[in-house]
Amino acid sequence: MRAVISVIGRDTVGILAAVSAKCAQYNINVTDVTQSVLQDMFVMVMMTDISKINADFSKFVDEMTELGKEKNLSIRAMHEEIFNAMHTI
Amino acid sequence: MINEKDILETITMIQDENLDIRTVTMGISLLDCCHSDINTVCGKIYDKITLYAKDLVKTCEQIEKEFGIPIINKRISVTPTAMILAACDNKDAVKIALTLEKAAKTCGVNFIGGFSALVQKGFAHGDTELIRAIPEALSVTERVCSSVNIGSTKTGINMDAVKLMGETILKSAELTKDRNCIGPAKLVVFCNAPEDNPFMAGAFHGAGEPDCVINVGVSGPGVVRAALAKSKNLDLTGVADLIKRTAFKITRMGQLVGSEASKRLGVPFGIVDISLAPTPAVGDSVAHILEEIGLDRCGAPGTTAALAMLNDAVKKGGVMASSHVGGLSGAFIPVSEDAGMIDAAKCGCLNIEKLEAMTSVCSVGLDMIVIPGDTTAAVISAIIADEAAIGMVNSKTTAVRLIPAIGKSVGEELQFGGLLGFGPVMPVNNVSPAKFINRGGRIPAPMQSLKN
Repeated sequence: MRAVISVIGRDTVGILAAVSAKCAQYNINVTDVTQSVLQDMFVMVMMTDISKINADFSKFVDEMTELGKEKNLSIRAMHEEIFNAMHTI
Repeated sequence: MINEKDILETITMIQDENLDIRTVTMGISLLDCCHSDINTVCGKIYDKITLYAKDLVKTCEQIEKEFGIPIINKRISVTPTAMILAACDNKDAVKIALTLEKAAKTCGVNFIGGFSALVQKGFAHGDTELIRAIPEALSVTERVCSSVNIGSTKTGINMDAVKLMGETILKSAELTKDRNCIGPAKLVVFCNAPEDNPFMAGAFHGAGEPDCVINVGVSGPGVVRAALAKSKNLDLTGVADLIKRTAFKITRMGQLVGSEASKRLGVPFGIVDISLAPTPAVGDSVAHILEEIGLDRCGAPGTTAALAMLNDAVKKGGVMASSHVGGLSGAFIPVSEDAGMIDAAKCGCLNIEKLEAMTSVCSVGLDMIVIPGDTTAAVISAIIADEAAIGMVNSKTTAVRLIPAIGKSVGEELQFGGLLGFGPVMPVNNVSPAKFINRGGRIPAPMQSLKN
């Protein structure tokens, strides 16, 4: 099972570290990271493997949303299936 | 492998363009709750609904969180209660309405549909009693929604029922006049009512449905409009293609959420209703899509043609995205629930006659239209008959949800709040159709019904 973590907002020091640290805490393996700047916004997309997660995924979603609020960013963790469903036939 | 662009597109749709699952509706059959004693029936209904739907809201909230897609409404539809009432010695339908309200409250859903009767060909035991109880039932409950099917392509139109429904709508408004006439906002009069519709107020669980089923209604007018806004120079073939592609994506999400909910709840997955359902929120309007296509204002000449294309493209895009499509499936044009429609009606560009024309090419019908409080029951009945005739002849669903604003006239407004929105009182042609309505009887089924 995989999940996508997206981070959108103003670039600040330590975003990647903070998100990765949370992933490690939940035993989530980061498999791929892409970063870009889109219309002055920093955009980071992380692919993660959540098959060995050590807690409820929805709890992790809450923590990510909370982390986003702290850092004034929009951080979302979502199941990969939603993107597969929408963009692949 | 999904790419970053696709991921960001999905997130933008959800975050900025109001993409959501409008409703996950659990259909529950009440046929096994029949009994001659009404108190026993009410007990059985409450027990069954609260057992089957006890995890509905919780499960949907989990899916919402894990997939990151908002599910706005969790709802329940039940077997038309007139069928259950038929077996009771004491046909006190309001008791059943109060039971449905209590069950809905316990389960945490905001609406429960199915306080309904199917009388397209005539009245069976329980039907008349239920219809006569609608005004009171809608007045003493908040969550209960009612619908009555008065016609179909196969049977023609039951004009006795049409007459009765005109009176019922008016009475329902009068009984709730101290609450912005909210009663008739929860009452739909159908022709060709679908039995698996997840959308309120017209949802009920048809007699041919399984014991329990999950149906999903998607939304997304904002997404379609945003896609069109980014592609200014397309010709209409290109516009239709773009709408199809967008509808495909929206529907895929409905299919995913529906199948996930069905798996987690252990209930069969019924259908995805591929409808563009607007809300009064800015950026979530079907009228604004029509305006984006090129009309200065919804209601202008060209509106019917643009809507026909939109409706068709939504279906074409959605049908491949889902394993089972059903319900109403098309574009909704409820006036008070659509910011663009409200504006168009306020400035006089959109009138009831134009809306009637629009309903012949899109799903549903004259929906959430506020009319003057002094409109006669005969005029309301005749509007219902006109709309039902469009449905009957074109083999499509049409519905009427009119709200007589008691004590108000053209130029004033009714505020319902929430998803039901607000609407200006629209002028109605008051020339009397009373003789026609009072004739009663049935309009015979049209030639279109003879397909065998």
